[in-house]
Amino acid sequence: MTNTENLILDLVEKHGRERNSLMPILQGVVSQEKFLSEEAMIAIARELDLSAADVYGTASFYTFLDTVPRGKNIIRVCKTISCHMRNKDEIIGVLEDQLKIKVGETTHDKRFTLLTANCLGWCHKGPVMLVNDEVYPEVTPQKAIEIVEEFMKKNN
Amino acid sequence: MVNLKINNIAISVEEGTTVLDAAKRLNFRIPTLCNHPDLSVAGNCRVCVVEIKGARLLAASCATPVSEGMEVFTNSEKVRIARKHVVELLLSEHNSDCTKCFKNGHCELQELASEYRIGDHVFLDLVKSKDKIQDISSPSIVKDNSKCIRCQRCVRTCAELQAVSALAVVHKGNHQSISTFLNKPMNDVVCTNCGQCINRCPTGALTERNYIEEVWNAIYDPKKFVVVETAPATRVALGEDLGIDVGSRVTGKMVSALKKMGFNKVLDTDFTADLTIMEEGTELLTRLKKVIVDKDETVKLPMMTSCSPGWIKFQEHMFPGMLDNLSTCKSPQQMFGALAKTYYADKVNIKAENMVVVSIMPCTAKKFECNRPEMRDSGFKDVDYVLTTRELAMMVKQAGIDFDKLEDDHYDSILGESTGAAVIFGATGGVMEAALRTAYELVTGHEVPFTNLNIKPVRGIEGVKEASIKIKNTVPAWSFLEGVELNVAVAHGLANAKKLMESIEKGETNYHFIEIMGCPGGCIGGGGQPIPTSPEIRRKRTDAIYAEDMGMTLRKSHENPEVTEVYKDYLGAPLGHKSHELLHTHYKARKRY
Repeated sequence: MTNTENLILDLVEKHGRERNSLMPILQGVVSQEKFLSEEAMIAIARELDLSAADVYGTASFYTFLDTVPRGKNIIRVCKTISCHMRNKDEIIGVLEDQLKIKVGETTHDKRFTLLTANCLGWCHKGPVMLVNDEVYPEVTPQKAIEIVEEFMKKNN
Repeated sequence: MVNLKINNIAISVEEGTTVLDAAKRLNFRIPTLCNHPDLSVAGNCRVCVVEIKGARLLAASCATPVSEGMEVFTNSEKVRIARKHVVELLLSEHNSDCTKCFKNGHCELQELASEYRIGDHVFLDLVKSKDKIQDISSPSIVKDNSKCIRCQRCVRTCAELQAVSALAVVHKGNHQSISTFLNKPMNDVVCTNCGQCINRCPTGALTERNYIEEVWNAIYDPKKFVVVETAPATRVALGEDLGIDVGSRVTGKMVSALKKMGFNKVLDTDFTADLTIMEEGTELLTRLKKVIVDKDETVKLPMMTSCSPGWIKFQEHMFPGMLDNLSTCKSPQQMFGALAKTYYADKVNIKAENMVVVSIMPCTAKKFECNRPEMRDSGFKDVDYVLTTRELAMMVKQAGIDFDKLEDDHYDSILGESTGAAVIFGATGGVMEAALRTAYELVTGHEVPFTNLNIKPVRGIEGVKEASIKIKNTVPAWSFLEGVELNVAVAHGLANAKKLMESIEKGETNYHFIEIMGCPGGCIGGGGQPIPTSPEIRRKRTDAIYAEDMGMTLRKSHENPEVTEVYKDYLGAPLGHKSHELLHTHYKARKRY
């Protein structure tokens, strides 16, 4: 059995085989593997006696449940109107330069993925960015670079 | 009871009735797209909106239950404007290539748009991938996302009626689409090709792969000898697409039309349905003997029917461990093709390579079936093209034939004679009833103990039906069956099939023989039948099938004189060497994931 299959068996053990166990299992896989691979979705479908299309349908509905490979650290910059008006484009620009990737891409060493996100609920403190589960409000271009540098220094 | 007013007319209806249904009772038709009588309520298309006095927003009448004192307006100014906008918005994302669309004239969106006189795009044209990316990977079903309005009838059909869920709603907002797993080609995913999604698609997003041009080309080719076979259920439904009332029997007109269109011989799948009963009935009795007398543990019971190719593929995917329970008999369509290109080709002195076999089927899965590599026992592709009832109707129109005015004609011989037992193959329970009529008589020498041979317990629309028949006064050859209670079950629609199979798998049942048809109602409700479908339409077609049976002189398969002749002339005996070669097949386990 592969690591993914073992992970899913553990998650099924914990959350059960009901239809409503699907969400926590999907989230569990994403938190470990950063995305839902074809193999993972099939294994989940098999365990929960669902069709693979059903699992894919649920997963693809949620922005934070990725179905394409992502890097170890996922950076999301809010693209909604308040953050837009407070220069989110500039933040994205410096991050693209720093990481040498465009929005939607992953660095060659698979350590960083740069994405945009819909409203993160921090309109009063825009522009805001999210690295993994950590929120960074009122970022400036300089601050954004420093935040990412910190992650680069951490050997992960 | 709940009292309300619709368009100022008072009405009183049962609690829980929807506004849509209450309006229908007052003969106010409210247009719908996502709503369907066979499916759960979705309420997503919004064309059925109505105004309710005191409510701030318009309400989807299909998803709004009535309440006391409610005042509903189905055609107010606000409603009309909103409804027009909804249709305009749907059209802004719909590839309206109506003139070449297979659903032209049968498209609910088109009908609604013309009802409201909506033409040019009012909103920005947002059709993605216009005139491209049709999924034509499947020999049965064509999926065209540029025509999809995301009403999700197909998704509900595949989940609720068929328990397959090959299609799901994926992504959201303006990215939302109806997709297979990871958007893989239809032919590569767990799809049974049953075509029930096509029957319920309100637009041309899901249609059958059509072979009309190929068939005309064969007819026009002077070197080709084109024979056509017609399935039982087509004769009680074809009329619907040609301006005749639902439930009309049009057997004679259909034969007449096919002859006028230029087919060299018009023959009947009902003939091979009778032949199937001889083979399958003998197979059942042989299995019973092996289990009861020889105690042969390799022989599996219950035996399961194998006529429905949607059901076969479902089992290959979902219950591959029970493939040995399936009867090895080919379906009547494929038995016909195998015999046509061997025995019949010799009879009419035509080389098999010059023969083209076309079958008219109520089914889309038959298109997949005829392409299976196992189905070439004549040395050629046994059945060349499968047309649905709908495709035949289209060809009849193209040929300029006034169907309603046609005189009845008769099938050609040989392979054209049939009995009432064959025609009931078209309704759920029919194969079971036909098999019992023959097997019981073979074993006891007497007719089945039911009035007029009508085995009522296996008929009807219940999802899973059961019956038991006590076998009494056996003839010596079958004396081991004396006193045996033969337990049978019948299921139709794959969701019901799944339930039945699960209970068999768990060992909760004691059946000897089960019949399963992939589509709700059996073949009369097949994925290739005229659109629309509903429980009421399927009931009328079923009544017509049984009326056709009652109208036949011969009503038991073993009394078909042409079947007797084929055995005498060519096949020998049921399950004999030749039969084994031409009329039987094997199955293959497929992945569920």
